[in-house]
Amino acid sequence: MGLVSFLKSKFKKSDEAKVDAKEEASRDTYSKGMEKSRKNFASRLDELSKRYAKVNAEYFEELEEILIESDVGVDLSLRLSERLLNIAKEEKLSEPKDLNERLIDEMFVGYVTKGEAIQNEIAFQESGPTVLLVCGVNGVGKTTSIAKLAYRYMKKGKKVMLVAGDTFRAGAVEQLRVWADRLGCPIIAGKPDSDPASVAYDGAKYAKENNIDLLIVDTAGRLQTKANLMQELAKIRRVLSREIEGAPHESFLIIDATTGQNGVLQAKAFKEVTDLTGIVITKMDGTSKGGIILSIRDELGIPVRFLGLGEGMEDLQEFDLDKYLYGLLLGEKENA
Amino acid sequence: MAFESLSNKFENIFKKLRGNATLSEKNMDDMLKEIRVALLEADVNFKIVKSFTNDVKEKAMGQDVYHKVNPSQMIVKIVHDEIQELLGEDQCEVNYNKGGLTSILLLGLQGTGKTTTAGKLSYLLADKNKKKVLVAALDVYRPGAIEQLEAVIGKTSADFFSLGNKENPMVIARKAKEKALAEHYDVLILDTAGRLQIDEGLMEELRNINHEIHPEEALLLVDAAAGQDAVNVANAFNRDLHLTGVIMSRLDGDARGGAALSIKYLTGLPIKFSGVGEKVSDLEPFYPDRMADRILGMGDVVTLVEKAKETIDEKQAEKDARKLLDGDFTLEDMLRQMKQVQKMGPMRSLLKMIPGMPKITDEQQEKAEQEMKTFEAVIQSMTPYERKHPEILRFSHKNRIAKGSGKTNADVNRVIRKYEQSKEMMKQMKNYQKTGRMPGGMKGPWGN
Repeated sequence: MGLVSFLKSKFKKSDEAKVDAKEEASRDTYSKGMEKSRKNFASRLDELSKRYAKVNAEYFEELEEILIESDVGVDLSLRLSERLLNIAKEEKLSEPKDLNERLIDEMFVGYVTKGEAIQNEIAFQESGPTVLLVCGVNGVGKTTSIAKLAYRYMKKGKKVMLVAGDTFRAGAVEQLRVWADRLGCPIIAGKPDSDPASVAYDGAKYAKENNIDLLIVDTAGRLQTKANLMQELAKIRRVLSREIEGAPHESFLIIDATTGQNGVLQAKAFKEVTDLTGIVITKMDGTSKGGIILSIRDELGIPVRFLGLGEGMEDLQEFDLDKYLYGLLLGEKENA
Repeated sequence: MAFESLSNKFENIFKKLRGNATLSEKNMDDMLKEIRVALLEADVNFKIVKSFTNDVKEKAMGQDVYHKVNPSQMIVKIVHDEIQELLGEDQCEVNYNKGGLTSILLLGLQGTGKTTTAGKLSYLLADKNKKKVLVAALDVYRPGAIEQLEAVIGKTSADFFSLGNKENPMVIARKAKEKALAEHYDVLILDTAGRLQIDEGLMEELRNINHEIHPEEALLLVDAAAGQDAVNVANAFNRDLHLTGVIMSRLDGDARGGAALSIKYLTGLPIKFSGVGEKVSDLEPFYPDRMADRILGMGDVVTLVEKAKETIDEKQAEKDARKLLDGDFTLEDMLRQMKQVQKMGPMRSLLKMIPGMPKITDEQQEKAEQEMKTFEAVIQSMTPYERKHPEILRFSHKNRIAKGSGKTNADVNRVIRKYEQSKEMMKQMKNYQKTGRMPGGMKGPWGN
């Protein structure tokens, strides 16, 4: 059984088994949010396989085009289409439909084998606060993602606390404070333009003294090319690790789904400063296809852990590779 | 390797070409492939890349690049010019409503930098251009947005207008305009909430604001790091709101910003400004030529080619080249070559234009220019015969030359040593490249 048929059967089965309402609802938001990205990619793949009775050079060229236009990246796109071309030759496959399924297989295997096994949920420490450092370039949705993450773990019964480490951007502290009020969780904030590392220190101290389970540290948006700002981030990380052993236990990079190939450079630069344990892709409810998910994993081995699919605090979903690829290939047609 | 600059890729192709100075159609295809990858890695939209590379190929054929002195650079130049042409002229002027209120609507996806740009535009228009500017906060959704705008506007001479986050944005826009008209403001800047182009409700809201205000400028903010989808976003906003231009934000990062090219190509909208930092003064006019360099990921190699073409007399260069290869290279020739290069501009800016060239410090720069002056003084203090036959120079000659030029004997010796080295280098090159021409007269005898 090919991977795709396996995925299909998995989804069919869960449909028949009438999964509990909660999971159903979760898949609904997921489907709705991802509709745009999947519709485009899937319908184009579908259309491609209809136009070609047998695959040929033009077919592979068009396949490459679809991949690149999904922001998968030139390098990986070329490799994928070359790989498929070889598969077609070796296994004498000529049906576009078969090859499309093999494409998804290749993407799946490529993603899974590129790094460690993936666990989406935050790995909590056995004792003491678990520290999550959140970073990214400007305007990707760090603060909103933090609110969503806080909401998620408060619902799971964790004591969550926020640190407003963006002392630079005007309005940033207010933005996080509004969220903290809505969520009803404690927040530590510094004065405007104060040293974010000292705010992080205060936060870590408070967290230790008040039995906080999850300390989420917001940081100012910074372009990865600004050396002094990257130094500042390194300092925040150092202060955290001095106060709490092993901290930050998780470092998430937030990336906008509409980001092009610069996303790989972003991940690379942030990874040098703090050991990134995961990526949150935001704004997946737009029309972009989030191909950057695949190229970052391919180049750096960092897994995507969550997807942001809307503006509400519940609009955060675990990243599910099966669902993502299944959606890409099959579109909403068979999902309806 | 991904993200290598185009010039490095070209260099690699040319390494394979050694001894085979002219360009074949096969090499050209390799180069076009690299151009294609470079453009795609810069996030230029796929469809545009396709037609673009075809255009370049045609142009290159038309200009008969195969027989040019340096075909790879010629191709880079064609690509560069083509991109620059597509990006259009500098169009950084705001369309003012002469004698009345000018309204500017700032739009875009979430997180593209609208609020920061509102501050920068205010600074430009109010502080630099001395206009009376009012800025209205229409983002009633994102927590902290109004506070952010107020703080940013506080750093400029513009005035801030807000009705809090309970009022409908269209109502805020209307009241802001009423105030601006009543109090004789020159400019009204409206900072709207970020939204996805597929969010029907919010796009409807924008249409209403647009209808209410009839802005002179509706500017879309686009992140320099935007990917392939940027054109869909721009198209959707343009269809609904009749944009008048685009502002690229975060051009201070290392994103290549291919979206600028895609959007311009597909919508024809001018790119008016670029955001280059976080301070209110960090808004620059959009420079198509710099953008072209950036998309190609290379130093300003084209300007170098152009400058070289302007300043180097091609016939003389050819004559020099032939002379060099015949081993008939005099001190006079060396001086002429040096001067030709000098005409192209100060050393440092020249070196800066060569991709991959290490940055030289002020000190090194001064030293290099000083050296050039020394050479000139020494050579000009020789008799014409001595210049042609430096081998006759004895100690007494050198003494005289040193005195005449105000330099030391050591300087004179250095010039002669350099000359000998250059001559030797020329001989080696001759052996190496029996046929074909020298790559222009660009390589100075002091070597690089």
